[in-house]
Amino acid sequence: MFSPARVWREFPQRYRLEAAKCESCGAILYPPRLVCPSCGGRSFTDVVLPRDGKVVTYTVIRVPPAGFTEQTPLPIALVELVNGVRLMVQIADVEDPETLEIGMPVRLEFRRVAWDGEAGVIFYGHKAVRASA
Amino acid sequence: MRDVAIIGTAVTSFGELWETSLRSLWAEAALAALTDAGVDSVDLITIGCMSSGLFTGQEHLASLLTDELGMAGVPAARVESACASGGLAVRVGFAEIAAGLAETVLVTGVEKMTDVDGAAATYALGTAADSETEGFHGVTFPGLYAMLARIHMQRYGTTREQLAQVAVKNHANGLLNRHAQYHLNVTVESVLASTLVADPLRLLDCSPVTDGAAAIVLTTVERARELAAGRPVVVIKGSGLATDSISLANRRELAELRAVRLAGERAYTMAGRSPDDIHVAEVHDCFTIAEIMATEALGFFEPGSGGPAVEKGLTSLEGRIPVNPSGGLKSKGHPVGATGVAQMVEITKQLRGEAGQRQIEGAKIGLAQNMGGSGGSSVVHIMEVV
Repeated sequence: MFSPARVWREFPQRYRLEAAKCESCGAILYPPRLVCPSCGGRSFTDVVLPRDGKVVTYTVIRVPPAGFTEQTPLPIALVELVNGVRLMVQIADVEDPETLEIGMPVRLEFRRVAWDGEAGVIFYGHKAVRASA
Repeated sequence: MRDVAIIGTAVTSFGELWETSLRSLWAEAALAALTDAGVDSVDLITIGCMSSGLFTGQEHLASLLTDELGMAGVPAARVESACASGGLAVRVGFAEIAAGLAETVLVTGVEKMTDVDGAAATYALGTAADSETEGFHGVTFPGLYAMLARIHMQRYGTTREQLAQVAVKNHANGLLNRHAQYHLNVTVESVLASTLVADPLRLLDCSPVTDGAAAIVLTTVERARELAAGRPVVVIKGSGLATDSISLANRRELAELRAVRLAGERAYTMAGRSPDDIHVAEVHDCFTIAEIMATEALGFFEPGSGGPAVEKGLTSLEGRIPVNPSGGLKSKGHPVGATGVAQMVEITKQLRGEAGQRQIEGAKIGLAQNMGGSGGSSVVHIMEVV
């Protein structure tokens, strides 16, 4: 699915939720990049994302892509964190997809996202779980 | 800048074409378009193809396919912008002639999608999403459009039934198109009873996996008049190309397809036209919600009015602005790289009065809108009879 080098390269954003704060306009970029899309700034400070947020929109994948066939139905959401940063993540521990809704409070937790067969790389990252309002 | 005319068009059958290879599918469309145009040599060949590598294990198409036509030596370029690859191939051909770099260009699009299984095809299509921030988590294209649909429904009150009406209309149109992949009578009830793919989108909200190719021949208006043989001369009056963040997380607005709006505005400006001038349109209905959002972004309807417009029949063959008379991606099929070129073929047929049972009476100005991924890119062309 993904090469070990790629998985390793993405550890900072994936494992530690490391982001970049633009020194000119304060925008927070996740994952970090070389130029701020808001102001064109090129200087950044390292920051770590907060873990609390809410669901902006969501779906439940019933027909998965290769690599996720053992994980359906697979709820996925676009989450907006308390600092305004948005990211796409799976929603974990969902017993009844009908209870999901826009605006639902969630918290990011470190989880296993996918795995490359019996002996391949295990991909870890963050998933959203329902938080009390 | 020189005006550019469309002088030849062709599409292959669209469908699961097990017996046909990528190269022969492509050559069939290319040869038929050259025959229709009445030319046997061109200055350039452009090829729109999203992912022949993942779908068939073959790259380097520009040389491979030019040689397949017996034209090795002719300049050729493959271009890629996911599902907007075909529209981009049109844009590149248009620009070469407009700039005086070429007199006659063969513009083509192709995708051979059924040489891999369903999960591999879903994966290949999924590479048009942001692989690091979206694909990693297992999201699919139906999933991304499902998220956009949910936002649109919440913001504007677009209903599940209105989404279904897009499929009903396009399948009804597809019944009149012998090249269409599916000749099905679809009802709102059958859409709502079809399998869930990514809530709230169901199987009949989705365009299918398709093999197919399409081709058009472009040239100068002067040469087009010489070759017209009594047929109306169709000219590309406007061409608009735009991008947006691929990643939904990076978009400020999720209820609008910004790349489509920008590409549309650029094409309208170049053509000196407005949305009200358009008689017929082919838009990128990869999912039912995509057609509703595209008709809003193109200015045919106010934001939020796309759903009610379908319900009122404003986009049907007899409506105020007929959308997807060919059956659209939904019914005609969606060989991703070919789609943008196939849309040009349909509009050209409509403007020439050669669309048969689905002909829009008096259509003189038409628009084709092609889109990549979940709206990360879009190409719009406006054509007129001169």
